[in-house]
Amino acid sequence: MSEPATLVTMELMGKEYRVPSGLTILAAIEYAGYKLVRGVGCRGGFCGACPTLYRREGSHRIFTALACQTLVEDGMCLVQMPFVPVPTKPYDLHGITPQPTTLLRFFPEIAGCVACNTCTRACPQGLPVMDYIQAALRGDIERVAMLSFDCIACGICSSRCPADIKHYAVGLLARRIYGKYLVPPSEDLAVRVSAIEAGRYDAELRKLMELPLADLRARYEQRNFETVAEQHRDHSATQRYNSPMDPVDYQDELEGV
Amino acid sequence: MELIDGYPASMRESIALVERTRPARLGRTFPAMSLEERKALLLGHHPDYQAGAKRPLRFGPSKGLLLNHELADLFEARPLVRPNLDLSTIDADVDLLVIGGGGAGTVAAIWAVQSGLDPARVLIATKLRHGDSNSTMAQGGIQAADRPEDSPVQHFLDVMGGGHFTNRPDLVRALVSDAPLIIQWHERLGVMYDKDSQGRFVENPGGGTSRNRMHSARDYTGLEIMRVLRDEARNLGIRVIEFSPAIELLGDESGRVAGAVLLNLETRRYYIVRAAATVLTTGGLGRVHIQRFPTTNHYGATGDGLVLAYRAGAELVDLDAVQYHPTGAAFPAQMAGLLITEKVRGLGAQPLNRLGEQFVFPLEPRDVEAAAFIRECGERGLGIPTPHGICGVWLDAPMVDLIHGPGTIRAALPAMYRMYTRFGIDMTRDPILVFPTLHYQNGGVAADEHGATRVPGLFVAGEVMGGIHGKNRLMGNSLLDFNVFGRRAGIAAAHYARAHRPGRLSLAHVAEYERMLREAGVETTRTAPRILPDYRGKEALERYLDVPV
Repeated sequence: MSEPATLVTMELMGKEYRVPSGLTILAAIEYAGYKLVRGVGCRGGFCGACPTLYRREGSHRIFTALACQTLVEDGMCLVQMPFVPVPTKPYDLHGITPQPTTLLRFFPEIAGCVACNTCTRACPQGLPVMDYIQAALRGDIERVAMLSFDCIACGICSSRCPADIKHYAVGLLARRIYGKYLVPPSEDLAVRVSAIEAGRYDAELRKLMELPLADLRARYEQRNFETVAEQHRDHSATQRYNSPMDPVDYQDELEGV
Repeated sequence: MELIDGYPASMRESIALVERTRPARLGRTFPAMSLEERKALLLGHHPDYQAGAKRPLRFGPSKGLLLNHELADLFEARPLVRPNLDLSTIDADVDLLVIGGGGAGTVAAIWAVQSGLDPARVLIATKLRHGDSNSTMAQGGIQAADRPEDSPVQHFLDVMGGGHFTNRPDLVRALVSDAPLIIQWHERLGVMYDKDSQGRFVENPGGGTSRNRMHSARDYTGLEIMRVLRDEARNLGIRVIEFSPAIELLGDESGRVAGAVLLNLETRRYYIVRAAATVLTTGGLGRVHIQRFPTTNHYGATGDGLVLAYRAGAELVDLDAVQYHPTGAAFPAQMAGLLITEKVRGLGAQPLNRLGEQFVFPLEPRDVEAAAFIRECGERGLGIPTPHGICGVWLDAPMVDLIHGPGTIRAALPAMYRMYTRFGIDMTRDPILVFPTLHYQNGGVAADEHGATRVPGLFVAGEVMGGIHGKNRLMGNSLLDFNVFGRRAGIAAAHYARAHRPGRLSLAHVAEYERMLREAGVETTRTAPRILPDYRGKEALERYLDVPV
C-alpha cells in the first residue's frame, strides 16, 4: 500500500479489535484472527452466506449487510448470522397449475404481512422485498418473479420479519412458476432438440472428430463471425421492472442517519 | 486518499483520454488475431508459459505432468487420515455418494434419482452450504447452439479452437450435443432465462465464439440455475449433509471406490459413508492462489477432489493449464480479483490502455485476452497504475449503454452495477479497471463421456473433471459442462450402483500413496486436502489489497 492504513476499532461479538480501515467486514474478522467456517461463502456478493447485523456508535438502529460487500467502520458493533432457518414443505413444481392463489396456498403466512417494510430496509441487495410479498398476496406472480430476481437468499429479511414470512422461498417459487408456465418455451430450441435427437449432426461431428489436426485448424480459421449488432432483442426480461426502482437505494438509509 | 466519484485524480487523467477517444471507437473494433499471433502472445506473456513456475509430478499414474508449484504441493502432501483408521462403524450406507454440493453435484444427484435411485439413498456431502460454489458465482451465461444461424458443429469448432485443439473430441461432442437438451430441461425446471415476449432467448457472443449463443439470466446466470437446481433436489427429497467435506475416498477389497471419510467441520468428527457409487464434484482450485494471483473463486475452491481422486488411482489431464480470467477487478482494492463478467465485453465494452487506445480484440479466447492485458501492463508499460500498487487496463463500460440504449447496464448487468455502486463507482458513466485473475482449472481428473474414471465406482463431473476444455475453456462452457457431465455422471453412477454392491471398506490406497511419497523422496509436513484457505492476520491484508505486506 502506498498510504499507511489507519486503524479503526470494531467490536466483534463483544470483543474489541483494532483493524485497518478499508477492509471489508469479512477481511476485518479474518485480520482479527478468525478462520471462518460459517458466515463465509463466495466472498463476492453472490451466495448470501455472510449476513451481518451491526449497530453504529450513536445510533439505536440495527443495520444489516453482507460482510464481504461492506467496509468496516470505526465503532461498529457486529455479529454474523451463521444460518437463518427457512424450511419449506416440499412441492412438485411439475404438478402445479398457476393460479392467483397459488403462492398464498403454499405460503399462507404471507397473509400476515403488516406492511412494515422492515424486510426491504434490511435487504443488502436493495430489493423491494415488501413490494413483492404484497404482489404475492395479490396473486401477481410475474411481479414477484421480477422484483425478487436479484435475491441471493441470505435470509436477513426472514430473520427481521414480525410476521415470520419466508420471503426468499416465496420469490423462488414465483420465479420457477413464471419461468416454467408464464414464459413461452423457445420454438428454436424445440426444433434444435428434435434435430439432435434425430441424429441430424452426428455424421458431421464424427467427420470433424476424425479430421487431421491441420484440416481442423483450417476449418476453425475459416469460420465466419456473427457480431453483436446482428441481433437486436431486449436485453433482459426484467428490464422494465428494474429501471425505476432498482438498485442499491439502501445507500440512502446508510447516509440518512 | 482523495477520490473524485470513486477514482483518484491520477486515474481521472487517463479517464479523460478514454472519454476523448470514445466517439471514434464506437463501431470500430480492434481486429482479432490469427492462430500464429495468438501463439506468440501466449508464449511471451501468459503465466502458464513462464519458466520456473512448474515442476513435474514425481509419482503415480500421471507422473511427469507439469504442475504449478502450488498445485504440485497439494499432491506432495500427507493424507489427513491414517490408513489404519477404524472403518467398522458406518455412519451412512447409501447407493450414491455425491461429494460436492455445487452445480455438478446437484445435477448428478437429481439425474441419479430420475434414473431410479431412491432419493433417501442418495447423499450429497458438501464442504460449506448446499449451493456454495463457483456455479453460483458464474455471471455471464451458458452456451447452447439453438438458433437457426448456429449449430452444434459450429459450437464444436469454437470449443476445440479455444482449447488449442488439445480437448478430448468425444467429450466436446457430448458437451455441444447435449447443450440444447440441457437448456430445455432448465426451461421445464423454471429457470428464468432472459427471453423476449415470444419466448426467444436473448443470446450474446462470448470470447472465442463465432455465433451469439450465450444464454443468460441478467448477470446472475449461475445463481439462477443453482438456486433452481437446489430447490429441485430438495423437493425430490435428496439428502444433503453440509459443512462436511470429504477428506479421503474409501476403497473396498476389490479395488473399487466405495464411499468416503467426511469431516464434520464443526464437531471435527469423522463420518464414514459407504456407497455403491461415488461421484466427485468438488469444483476447482482458485483458492490455492497459483502464482500468487488473486482469484474469482469461492472460499472452498481448494482443489480437494484432485488429491482425493489421485490417491484413489485416477489419472489427471491438462492440469498444467489454469485459466486466468482477463477481467478481474483491479480497483478499488476491496474488489481486487473479483469477477467482472465477460458479458460486459459481450455487450460491446472495449479494453483500453492508459492512453484510451484499443490494443486487442475484445473477445479473444480468455488466455489470449489475459495475455494481451498482461503485455499491455508489463512490457508495453501502458497500464493504469492504482494507488494500492498494481496496474490494470480500462474496460469501457459506458459503451454498453451507448450501443444498446440507456438502462442496459442496470438491466443486464445488475450484479456488476450493484457491486461498483457499493464502492462508489458508477459504471454507466466511468470505465472500470481490470486485470487477469485466477478463474478456472481447465484440466482435472480424466474421465470418459459418462464421467467414469479409470477407477471402478468413481465418477467425476464439473470443474474437477478434465479434458473437455483442453488447455483453455471458453466463456459459457462451464455452466454447460457441469450440467452436461453432471447429468451423464449421475445417470451412469445410478446404473453402476444398481449393478455393484460395495465390499469391505479399506484405506489401502492411502497406505500405497504414502509409500509412493516415500519412494519419491517427498519429505514434508504439509497435509492435503486443504479444505479451506487460511487468511488470518497478514494474509487477510495481502489477499484483500492484492499486494504483499
